Amino acid sequence: MTPEGPDPGGGHLVPPGPGADRPDGALVLAPAPPRAGSRLRWIVEANVVVVTALAIVSSLVLGGVLIIATSPTVLHALAHIGSHPGRALGVAGSTVGDAYAAIFTGAIVSPTALGHAITTGHGWTGVLTPISETLVSATPLVLAGLGVAIGFGTGVFNIGAQGQLIAGALAALYVGFAVHLPIGIHLPLVVLAGALGGAVAGFIPGYLKARTGAHEVISTIMLNYVFLNLLNELLTTQPFQQPGQSNAISRTIPTTARLPHLFGSGLRANLGFVIAVVCVLGASWFTRRSTAGFAFRVIGSNPKAGRTAGIDVRKVTTAVLALSGALAGLAGMATLSGTDFFLSSGYGGNIGFDAITVALLGRNRPVGVFLGALLFAALDTGGRNMQAATGIPLDLAFVIQAIIVFFVATPSLVREIYRLRESGASIGQVLSKGWGG
Amino acid sequence: MRLELRGVTKRYGSLVANDHVDLTVEPGEIHCLLGENGAGKSTLMNVLFGMVRSDEGEIRIDGEPVRFADPGEAVAHGIGMVHQHFMLVPVFTVAENVVLGFEPTRPLGFLDRRRARADIRRLSEQFGLAVEPDAVVEDLPVGVQQRVEILKALQRDARLLILDEPTAVLTPQESEALFAIVRSLAAAGRSVLFITHKLKEVLSVADRITVMRLGRVVGTTTAAESGESELATMMVGREVELVVHKGPAHPGAAVLEISGLTVADERGLVAVDGVDLTVRAGEILAVAGVQGNGQTELAEAITGLRAVVSGSIRLDGQELAGRSPDVAIAAGVANVPEDRQVDGLVLAMTVEDNLVLDIFDRAPFARHGARDLAAVRANAEARLVDFDIRAPSPVVSVGSLSGGNQQKVVVARELSRPVKLLVASQPTRGLDVGSIEYVHRRIVEERDRGVAVLIISSELDEVLALGDRVAVMYRGRITGVVDPGAGRDRIGLMMAGVDATDGDRPGPEAPGPPAVAGDGGAP
Repeated sequence: MTPEGPDPGGGHLVPPGPGADRPDGALVLAPAPPRAGSRLRWIVEANVVVVTALAIVSSLVLGGVLIIATSPTVLHALAHIGSHPGRALGVAGSTVGDAYAAIFTGAIVSPTALGHAITTGHGWTGVLTPISETLVSATPLVLAGLGVAIGFGTGVFNIGAQGQLIAGALAALYVGFAVHLPIGIHLPLVVLAGALGGAVAGFIPGYLKARTGAHEVISTIMLNYVFLNLLNELLTTQPFQQPGQSNAISRTIPTTARLPHLFGSGLRANLGFVIAVVCVLGASWFTRRSTAGFAFRVIGSNPKAGRTAGIDVRKVTTAVLALSGALAGLAGMATLSGTDFFLSSGYGGNIGFDAITVALLGRNRPVGVFLGALLFAALDTGGRNMQAATGIPLDLAFVIQAIIVFFVATPSLVREIYRLRESGASIGQVLSKGWGG
Repeated sequence: MRLELRGVTKRYGSLVANDHVDLTVEPGEIHCLLGENGAGKSTLMNVLFGMVRSDEGEIRIDGEPVRFADPGEAVAHGIGMVHQHFMLVPVFTVAENVVLGFEPTRPLGFLDRRRARADIRRLSEQFGLAVEPDAVVEDLPVGVQQRVEILKALQRDARLLILDEPTAVLTPQESEALFAIVRSLAAAGRSVLFITHKLKEVLSVADRITVMRLGRVVGTTTAAESGESELATMMVGREVELVVHKGPAHPGAAVLEISGLTVADERGLVAVDGVDLTVRAGEILAVAGVQGNGQTELAEAITGLRAVVSGSIRLDGQELAGRSPDVAIAAGVANVPEDRQVDGLVLAMTVEDNLVLDIFDRAPFARHGARDLAAVRANAEARLVDFDIRAPSPVVSVGSLSGGNQQKVVVARELSRPVKLLVASQPTRGLDVGSIEYVHRRIVEERDRGVAVLIISSELDEVLALGDRVAVMYRGRITGVVDPGAGRDRIGLMMAGVDATDGDRPGPEAPGPPAVAGDGGAP
């Protein structure tokens, strides 16, 4: 998951043509290299990759220290380090090694299961389960993360992905159970409803900001509560509540409203992941090649110059929040139609807020968001396996997640630790900018 | 104080901002440091004032080598600095501002206001500053605020005073008053280091002149030994024109007709007050005035950036008052804004993107919502040549270019579509002489092509050189439209709000325009 190698953060999924924009369209404050040329741009990009990789390595090291410090067996061994130094270090090393191995096998693939499947020809479902689960939990993070990132890149701080996600899920749910059509028509309608529900939920704060100047950070946060409680209310009333249930549980959507599985019924990976990938490519194109994406970037970087150049800042603000909401709405739809098939109270968990973290992790670039979401999801599914296999609490996986984000979001800290020369902009600049408006 | 800089060198990466600079300021001397923007004057002053560490070289005060770790140490050694942007607390009184940070106190830590006032009165009288200690700073005209800054330095016993571009915000009359103060400081034995890029000032105030270019000292001379064109040549390293070569204007039909225009500023106060103006095709109307007398708001109203309270703005008969910038752009208004870095450019974006900032969504740069990056690149390559923009490539960020080249990007963009009216605010602010000449020539070319041109400038030289007619603005009103031949003195008086038609009011003592109807006074 570590974005290593020559591909600099993945700006290559859409080939940079001769007149290609800077691939870091979202990183609007990045000082351009003094001399042009793709080589130098690559180095600047690569530096971002190097810093990100170092941030991940650093957090794994720090996580290892935490594992050692919280493991009773290791601590016991360390207490006798004077008499058995080799044994103490061995226990420490193997505990950390086992923990990270469990994360890997839980998130990606288990080498033993793979070997067994290759020799016997059976058990492929078991081999693919970890990666399938990682893709499933990455899907809503990718979608909602893209939405948040597009906002950040335009200087709009959408903290309301959670609410927009719920709105999208509610709209998709309604179209899912209330309409009866063949899957070829029904499913697209459900997808569309999810996007639309989220878009409406995003449009509201956008319109309020454009009309009255109400700061989107406040209005989107508050709307999270509105949609969360609207969900709870609807789950106990008709037509949303499952008939015959007194619990807050919705009706179940029929198979015609469900996203088909990608690798057979045994694995939960579904079409939602494909939708997420398409959205990543679309967002990548949108940011770099579309006129609207250009206007977004101009407004994100210097709204005054944009206004002087005739760009309607209010229109852009409204459009950005609606688009951001639509992507969050798709995230809500993807979990509903892909894996859950019904809504219950507390639906969406923390995805809308993790999406903010993922956007930071991906430095607001579509491909970065994609990789960030995969990393986040892998730590999540892998962490569960670690808990089951080694008894190390899942919370520690979350701590490692948090440390990774901490390092990635503070590149100047990583540069300081590894004595790297400054070259890219820090995400903090992009972030702190918008709070003034 | 005798100040010596020897071999001062400061590098920023591969850029040498100061290259073995030697400079000596004698006691009681007014020493002008002259150079274009980017010549290294500011870096040198930052080194001298302890804000930046030099890589090599030494500073001596009265023969003793010194090193300043921070401005506080520089102040302790008797160096005072008046920054271009004043460092005053607007709601404090003059006395409070002057003692801030160095407060005289009575036992138990109470502020000794009486002593502060007495100090200010004494210094104020000694050097002819005419500052009232109990006045609140935000109520004072800019020229007086500047004197408060000077007082601050004097109160801290500055024996060397550094003035950084002090006349940028002053009327000609206020500048004269400042020069008188500077002379009285020198007469009292204090040294003054006067930083500027204005040649006329240098010649009228300096005892000695040091010219810097590209981080090096080009030479040191005296006002008596050199004239304007010699100094300009030293600054840019070649002969430059100080006059704009232009033929007589051939004005055609009225293109821009403004009548009864009233515009409010951010605080809702009247900034433009019932202005009537006409600009015809093929003429340059230059609006003179000290900044903050409504010129900015006038330009913003014309370009659609600011709402209009009443009145009309017609471009070839089309009403533009209260419409949006994209309507003005579509109608054929080109806008070179006052602050290119804030309103004109997206510094983090590339040169090629900035060159299409207001036409990015039109053919040939876009089709069906998709940008044609090849067309954008081709456009940039053509403009870089046409407008002599020195950029290593079209994909460097525009923020990495020099000020002159940034302005050329703005001008190139605005003139690269069919234009009926060109509105240019402070079009050459902060540019080097070469770029000024180039921008002026382009503006005159547009005029000769039949474009109506409205120039807004607080540089009197520019107004006189460029304008076919000169309108003077004061406190939101046009105080008169005159021929540029009317003379600097008369226009200068009009800029200060003195009605030039009744000539019985004294000139130099005329009150400076209270800072601005429009922008809150102190910068």
